[in-house]
Amino acid sequence: MAEQGNGESGAAVTGGEGGSESSAVDNPGLPPHRPRLADVDEKAAKRNERQVSVLFLISIIGTILSFIGYFVVGQTEGNLGDLRLQNTLLGVGTALAMLGIGLGVVHWAKTLMPDHEIVEDRKPLRTEEDRAEAEQIVTEVIDETQIKRRPLLRNTLIAAALIAPLPAVVMFRDLDRSDDFGPERMRHTLWDEGVRLVRDPTGTPIRASDLTIGSAMHVIPENLPEISSHGERIAEKAKAVVLLMRMNPDDFEHTSPGRENWTHEGIIAASKVCTHVGCPVALYERHTHHLLCPCHQSTFDAAREFKVIFGPAGRPLPQLPITVDAEGFLVARSDFTEPVGPTYWERGEA
Amino acid sequence: MSASKTTYTEADYLAVDEYEPKTSGGRIANYMDKRVAGTGMVREFGRKVFPDHWTFMFGEVALYSFIIVVLSGAFLTFWFDPSMATTRYDGSYAPLQGLEMSMAYATSLELSFDVRGGLFMRQLHHWGALLFVMAMAVHMLRVFFTGAFRKPRELNWVVGASLLLLGMGAGFTGYSLPDEVLSGNGLRIIDGMLKGLPVVGTYISFFLFGGEFPGSEIIPRLYSLHIFIIPALILVLIAVHLFLVVVHKHTQYPGPGRTERNVVGFPVGPVYAAKAGGFFFIVFGIMALISGTFQINALWNYGPYDPSPVQAGAQPDWYIGVFEGVLRLVPGTIGDLSLDWVIPTPWGGNTVAFPILLGILPVAVLFIGMFLWPWIEAWITGDRKERHLLDRPRNAPTRTAVGTAAVTFYMIMWGMGANDIIATHFSLSLNDITYWSRVLIFVGPVVAYILTKRICLALQRKDRETALHGHEAGVIEVSPDGGFHERHQRLSDHELWTLTSFEAPRPSGPRPNAKGKVTAVEKLRAGLNRMWFEERVAPVTREEYQQALEHDHHDEDGGLEAAGSSQGRITRGGD
Ligand code: HEM
Ligand code: FES
Repeated sequence: MAEQGNGESGAAVTGGEGGSESSAVDNPGLPPHRPRLADVDEKAAKRNERQVSVLFLISIIGTILSFIGYFVVGQTEGNLGDLRLQNTLLGVGTALAMLGIGLGVVHWAKTLMPDHEIVEDRKPLRTEEDRAEAEQIVTEVIDETQIKRRPLLRNTLIAAALIAPLPAVVMFRDLDRSDDFGPERMRHTLWDEGVRLVRDPTGTPIRASDLTIGSAMHVIPENLPEISSHGERIAEKAKAVVLLMRMNPDDFEHTSPGRENWTHEGIIAASKVCTHVGCPVALYERHTHHLLCPCHQSTFDAAREFKVIFGPAGRPLPQLPITVDAEGFLVARSDFTEPVGPTYWERGEA
Repeated sequence: MSASKTTYTEADYLAVDEYEPKTSGGRIANYMDKRVAGTGMVREFGRKVFPDHWTFMFGEVALYSFIIVVLSGAFLTFWFDPSMATTRYDGSYAPLQGLEMSMAYATSLELSFDVRGGLFMRQLHHWGALLFVMAMAVHMLRVFFTGAFRKPRELNWVVGASLLLLGMGAGFTGYSLPDEVLSGNGLRIIDGMLKGLPVVGTYISFFLFGGEFPGSEIIPRLYSLHIFIIPALILVLIAVHLFLVVVHKHTQYPGPGRTERNVVGFPVGPVYAAKAGGFFFIVFGIMALISGTFQINALWNYGPYDPSPVQAGAQPDWYIGVFEGVLRLVPGTIGDLSLDWVIPTPWGGNTVAFPILLGILPVAVLFIGMFLWPWIEAWITGDRKERHLLDRPRNAPTRTAVGTAAVTFYMIMWGMGANDIIATHFSLSLNDITYWSRVLIFVGPVVAYILTKRICLALQRKDRETALHGHEAGVIEVSPDGGFHERHQRLSDHELWTLTSFEAPRPSGPRPNAKGKVTAVEKLRAGLNRMWFEERVAPVTREEYQQALEHDHHDEDGGLEAAGSSQGRITRGGD
């Protein structure tokens, strides 16, 4: 079946494919085979043999190098310089070990193994005879089940098979293991009337005088550190993080009715959770009063109640209403008045 | 492969038992063969022919990098603990000592600092993952631009496209495992995108994270996806993919001696096996070199996940860039109009997050288009034949143009994923880059389409010239009447065949259906078909070639040398 391209041009070209009358020439068959140096000169072949063995020897050296990296450098004890050295030795050693073998074998194949191209016929993907036989088998099998003659069997089987997988789907319900299941919980955060704004991560409370005009501060609610479960704490923090800025009160360009007392002496607080897909909006430019989300560059204007002025966010950042308590520390007036973070289906008018 | 024989004589059975192998190798082979019937395999594969071309290498690279990733990943599993339980870090990296973090992050740090070679394995795993997806992507482009997806290989194209998606899934789930700031932010974006899906989105997010983001469930869940479900699927699909390659036999580039009915190449044993096997070691070696010398994902710099800090300018793995970029491209507001639309309902309204949906749409269109392409193209061209000879990309100008248009579309979104880097690097305004990209995403693909088609047609014309008049020999001659000519060297038949053996059909008008009616769909098809085939450069026909030869012949009387080949061509029509 396979035919060696024996060095002459014109190896097997199967009938009918030699080019039609309209093509410029007929398919001329394989080009003539040119012998390599090693095919005609035993000295050249010997040289290739030596080259291949040298590559294999280099591989052995590479393996030894890896051992040096592992044992001689040893435990790096958190020393980054040693760690890098070890990593480099392991990498270069392994690289030599692998490349030596790989290049050696390929060189061997290219110079010493036969380089005659072989022509092989493609088998038809299936023969007509096979298809007919297969079709008959299938027909017989179906007939023997009698499923066509007995529709009751068929219909009840289909009904059963359709609903049988449903329990398996339903069982995924408990993927959500929390007690307060459903989207309603997304409307609430740890903020509430009188909850102090404290520094993240130290937890120290903040006085208005701690903030100079133009400065900003990363803030969490004072009751956050009280949550002992790491997972719950992070989940609450993911909703409650706030950026606190102090501006010149004259710079506020717009205050909606009802929000007049949401700021304190030019201090204004916004949710740090981007209304696009939720990254922390962490960059504040004091001169422009712009907040920038580094993920997709939504830009919010603090002077205009965090209105979106650029980027993919569709809504302003929710503002946290603040005031000071009796001791002069900044506190929240209430929770956020709308859900923080990315838009979701059930969010509605908010 | 129909079984020709279904009944056997006692002698047939006895022959198996009584056979005495003569060499020691033969004895081992015989032992195995009697138990697992290996003869058939050896007969089938031992000398199977594989066509060789450097562009057939990318699929191999993908396979090998997957193997590297599985091996290095298996090593990581022995130390990595995919748990979100809290611990205080007491490993040897001083700056993080005493910090509260999850076991996942702590053991990732342990792998980096306290397990010798752990850092190397982590880097090998990560670089391997990047190469895996890259190799698949390039392999897919090769298959696309050469038309290797055509009948009978359409389903294998779908298998390949699924592998590409799974590879990206494997990469993303892996990237998220170490539970530091970068991976947490990546998950945060996924959470936000899921929530943007209408009706089901919020619940999908809850189910994935086990409650509200991020909770304490996500890492173990990603882990079972990352090391079990996705790799298992990839493995199965790779097996199917390679099985189909064997069933179909590999395609080959057009050339002398190659036809739709044969395969020309090297036999598996020994040449192909040696080259392919050796190549595995080469890929491994290169990856080891990169992992030993280039740092990747230095996660001790990021700190444990915390929803508050971010790393500005952080780049996701390259294949995620396109998702990131397209999200940056969509405006969230147009003037004062928000693209978060509220549908008023009695229960307080529902919100449709168009900034997110519009950000998913282009990528979805691209990927769905990719899956369906073999059928779309066959429907337009009306081609129902088996195709085992590849197209040189220039000989399928419209496909090549569609391909570059799609690549341009992708690249603009991908580039937007790095617009901040581009802005700081070239001192441009970030906002301007974004505005321009919003225009470019529509204009760019069209320009790419037109340009590519022009270039392909020009290249085809050049091929025609070469076929008709030969190569320029680089020798200028002065004719007796003072004119200058460059001497041309005729092509050999072998070269000529490579340049002229392709098809360039004419558009086929709308065909009426069985009822004799031309449907609207058929009109659309015919329109696309016209776009596809209208501009064509036909291959050189025998007649044209004969004429060119005769022309040369006349020149020869005037003192010009005509032929570069020794074969008598004028009589070619007769052989
Ligand atoms: C199927 C293709 C795979 C891809 C594309 C992939 C990709 C990744 C990536 C990008 C990471 C983050 C790497 C880093 O932190 O530097 C990762 C982490 C990890 N992968 Fe894979 N992976 C694959 C398969 C596997 C397999 C098969 C295993 C185990 C049998 C595995 C085990 C791990 C482990 C334990 C980690 C976390 C360890 C750490 O980051 O320190 N992966 N993977
Ligand atoms: S998450 Fe802030 S812009 Fe996308």
